[in-house]
Amino acid sequence: MNEFIESKVDLRWGEQKPSYDVVVIGGGGHGLATAYYLATRHGITNVAVLERGYIGSGNSGRNTTVIRANYGIPASVRFYQHSLDLFRTLEAETDRWIMHNEKGVLWMHHTEMGLRTERARAHMNRAFGAETNFVTPEEIKRLVPEVDLTGGGRYPVLGGSYHVQGATARHDRVVWTYAEGAMVRGVDVLQRTTATGIRTDNGRVTGVETDRGFIATGTVLSATAGHTTTITDMVGLRMPIRTHPLQAFVTNHYRQTFHPIVASAELAFYVSQTARGEMLMGAEWDRQPSYSYASTSEFLRSCSAKATTILPFLSDLRILRQWTGICDISPDSSPILGLTPVEGFLVSTGWGTWGFKAIPAGGEQMAELIATGRTPDLIAPFALDRFERDRILADAGSAGTQ
Amino acid sequence: MKLTCPNCGARSVEEFRYGEIPRVPDSISDPDARDVDRVYMKTNPHGITVEAWFHDFGCRRWFRLERDTRL
Repeated sequence: MNEFIESKVDLRWGEQKPSYDVVVIGGGGHGLATAYYLATRHGITNVAVLERGYIGSGNSGRNTTVIRANYGIPASVRFYQHSLDLFRTLEAETDRWIMHNEKGVLWMHHTEMGLRTERARAHMNRAFGAETNFVTPEEIKRLVPEVDLTGGGRYPVLGGSYHVQGATARHDRVVWTYAEGAMVRGVDVLQRTTATGIRTDNGRVTGVETDRGFIATGTVLSATAGHTTTITDMVGLRMPIRTHPLQAFVTNHYRQTFHPIVASAELAFYVSQTARGEMLMGAEWDRQPSYSYASTSEFLRSCSAKATTILPFLSDLRILRQWTGICDISPDSSPILGLTPVEGFLVSTGWGTWGFKAIPAGGEQMAELIATGRTPDLIAPFALDRFERDRILADAGSAGTQ
Repeated sequence: MKLTCPNCGARSVEEFRYGEIPRVPDSISDPDARDVDRVYMKTNPHGITVEAWFHDFGCRRWFRLERDTRL
């Protein structure tokens, strides 16, 4: 964060106090959104947000900024559609420009089986409030003239779905908007402050140890990405989470406007154009569990091979930069939100490769849970105890990556 | 990233399949809770760990590998 940005956004950094009502570990989108909604919706401002680096330096700054709700199960469609709606009104609510740009998401299929799944998804989406239409190859060609419908002869485009309200927003601005909204209402956002331990007494949280001293609190929310298990290990909680790296890259700028976000389900890649005109691409998460931020040339090779098969114009572009984030992958590819067996300790995790789009709804719902003590209906299906109750929400096919 | 297969030598990670070794903590005694832990819960170690890998596009054998998840 530099002086130019600080002059545009009213960020008021606080000093660590000895006690808070609520401590949020993780100063990314989800942590700051929770603090923002606690302050704006529930008047709870005695809140600290701990951030090990600078705000938005984790996965909030490493994603591909796609906002969509075309999920495959009712609980997810409802939740992500609510998040999409909150993103649409965030600029009006905060009077800050997050560069929200509605583009539509085109999701292509190359097999008959994939097409049947996609038709079911379109029906499911409309039934639960997300605007998704089944489209033919001719309609795809009209939406994105650059698509090679023969898929290089190997992956013919047989059809797909078009999710009308799919959008992108500037990730940093989303983080700063929530940070500013929380800070001006009195929330302390503490950068370069690492949570080193969580104190419990009789199964109840009593405080958080940081490298700047102890904070007494009754409520702790873990909103970290990648390092969730590092935090839950502090309270001896077992989590169904494994950490995997996810990579992405951008090219130099493409001279024409490339409007929708284009993804291929079977090839597992997605392409969109950034506000600068760069083409942004991502693909699957790395197979090996790892906390490493290392970017690899293997990824560039496999992802570009897939993307140029369907969008041949990309082969004329040059790769400018690449980056890696580390994701919390849950066994059913759905997030884990809410209360845990440790009283006063809550989690917002399992965001895997689908966390950015959920920032507003995740923050709003967690804030309501913290403020009222009751789990809102919208996130009740995503509780941690769904695994032992055998109520898993398997939706890996909607992640866009595998 | 390369992994060293005991039969085939150092090969690209793309040739392998990851296999998890469930590590249910001894502190869990209830049999049902142990089953839940075995199926869903992960140890997710941050550091050196022993894993099972299958060499899909090579010798097609399982082997154990010591690896640092921070690298």
